Amino acid sequence: MRRIAALTRSPMAVALVASLALAGCASKQSVPNTAAEIGLDGAATPGSRQEFTVKIGDRVFFDTDSSVIRADAQATLARQAQWLRQYPSYSITIEGHADERGTREYNLALGARRAAATRDFLVSQGVQATRMKTISYGKERPVAVCDDISCWSQNRRAVTVLNGAGS
Amino acid sequence: MRRSHRTLLTLCALFAAFLTASLPARALVEIDVNKGVVEPLPIAVTEFLSADGMGAQIAAVVEADLRRSGLFAPIDKAAFIEKISNPDVAPRFEDWRVINAQALVTGRVTQESGGRLRAEFRLWDTFAGQQLVGEQFFATPANWRRVAHIIADTIYERLTGEKGYFDTRIVYIDESGPRDRRVKRLAIMDQDGANHRFLSDGRAIVLTPRFSPTRQEITYMSYESGQPQVYLLQIETGQRELVGNFPGMTFAPRFSPDGQKVIMSLLRDDGNSNIFTMDLRSRNTTRLTSSNSIDTSPSYAPDGQQIVFTSDRGGRPQIYVMNADGSDPRRISFGNGNYSTPVWSPRGDLIAFTKQSGGEFSIGVMRTDGSQERILTTGFLQEGPTWAPNGRVLMFFRQQAGSGGPQLHTIDLTGRNEQRIDTPNFASDPAWSPLLE
Repeated sequence: MRRIAALTRSPMAVALVASLALAGCASKQSVPNTAAEIGLDGAATPGSRQEFTVKIGDRVFFDTDSSVIRADAQATLARQAQWLRQYPSYSITIEGHADERGTREYNLALGARRAAATRDFLVSQGVQATRMKTISYGKERPVAVCDDISCWSQNRRAVTVLNGAGS
Repeated sequence: MRRSHRTLLTLCALFAAFLTASLPARALVEIDVNKGVVEPLPIAVTEFLSADGMGAQIAAVVEADLRRSGLFAPIDKAAFIEKISNPDVAPRFEDWRVINAQALVTGRVTQESGGRLRAEFRLWDTFAGQQLVGEQFFATPANWRRVAHIIADTIYERLTGEKGYFDTRIVYIDESGPRDRRVKRLAIMDQDGANHRFLSDGRAIVLTPRFSPTRQEITYMSYESGQPQVYLLQIETGQRELVGNFPGMTFAPRFSPDGQKVIMSLLRDDGNSNIFTMDLRSRNTTRLTSSNSIDTSPSYAPDGQQIVFTSDRGGRPQIYVMNADGSDPRRISFGNGNYSTPVWSPRGDLIAFTKQSGGEFSIGVMRTDGSQERILTTGFLQEGPTWAPNGRVLMFFRQQAGSGGPQLHTIDLTGRNEQRIDTPNFASDPAWSPLLE
């Protein structure tokens, strides 16, 4: 937020900061999911983490107690795979998460299964398995915190996190 | 190997023969815990005589233990008629009968030369006009609460015929900070919430601590290395150790009843999870399940011959029992809903579980063949039962909608006596220790 004050003279910079701020929000709110949906297409540098998070969409969602990759998730993962093939220097961690409506140990296993299903789909789309590792957070790291379905559906997710190298 | 649970009270405790009057074959006052509805027994716990306030403090802890069990109804001291001035002589039973005290506890606490504490107590049956128990204990003053819990356990056992559970501890996860960035710390406290302290600093997520049945040691899961894995922690020294060297996430650990093995889940590369044991001496690992499913939350029967666990091999999470070598797995839960977190009772007779059904979470018990399912409590979110060592009380954690975080509760097997356990912050994943040694 300090940076906004320092950069307000440049309209370009303001646009970039706005998209960064929204990227940060995406990990809190998850809606909307891509820059296209919020009308900021093209704001981020090609090949950057920002572009991946905001334009491509870094996460997919799951049905209750399921690790099946839904049709909407397949579209997101296809975009991710294309982007990851284009920028091969990133290594990737896929985080699997569950909502709060399961018991702790089972949800650790469920989050792991979602991460593995996401990884396997990306492999099927040509992303090298050796670039990817998975981790489950079970229900330990919700992004949306309320006590009803509007939050739970946002928390049942797999997030593709870019590590090292790259831009 | 396993010493009497009194011997580690820094100093020995003596059964004082001279205090023990001849007992009647069958006392008039007793509690049948197997009855459906237990009327709490009216009991008078007098302040133990002492030169300082120690006698009153010990008696207060004894009284609080008995009250929380739900089996006793301590009588308000304002109603007491007789003031006990010499605990070595019989009280005026009529004075206690008239206020309906069926049992009476008297005692004395003195400081011995050398600084150690000497606590004597007697339990009286006021209607039979007889002494039921007389014992004395020696301890360092720092252990005064343990003396009180042991006295409460002695009273509980004499009047119910069941072992007590007051001289025990709870290890659990302290939760602080916002829900999406929760800080989780290992914490330990006495069963009544006293002597609270932290065992980890909160830098890494820690989950599901479980007590060793034989040592001052816990096993738990931590994210400290980046890869979530199962660890051992020596409670007194703080020494930590990774359990095994597995390629994937390990989770859901518990000790075997002899304390020699840790049983846990290991994540496979394909996203399924199977159950393994690791022998803590030989370091040998043994795979017990290999199904293409989530197999987790294993818990041994107290005789070590069978294991209960959660599996979704049938499509949804349900409870299964297998032999200790992994053979003959059979499903035992058939009710409507998802079942998980099975825990075998230390008495061997029941399995406690969490059940999800109709958008709610319940804590319940069933027999080990799955029959006679009984739900004890239902709510928005509650899970993770752990047994008191006598198999009569369960602790679990509950989060109410809009409450912001979970808290610890106990409930007895009747489902009628429920108590909240005070903790400094939100609290989850409790595990009850065996009776202390």
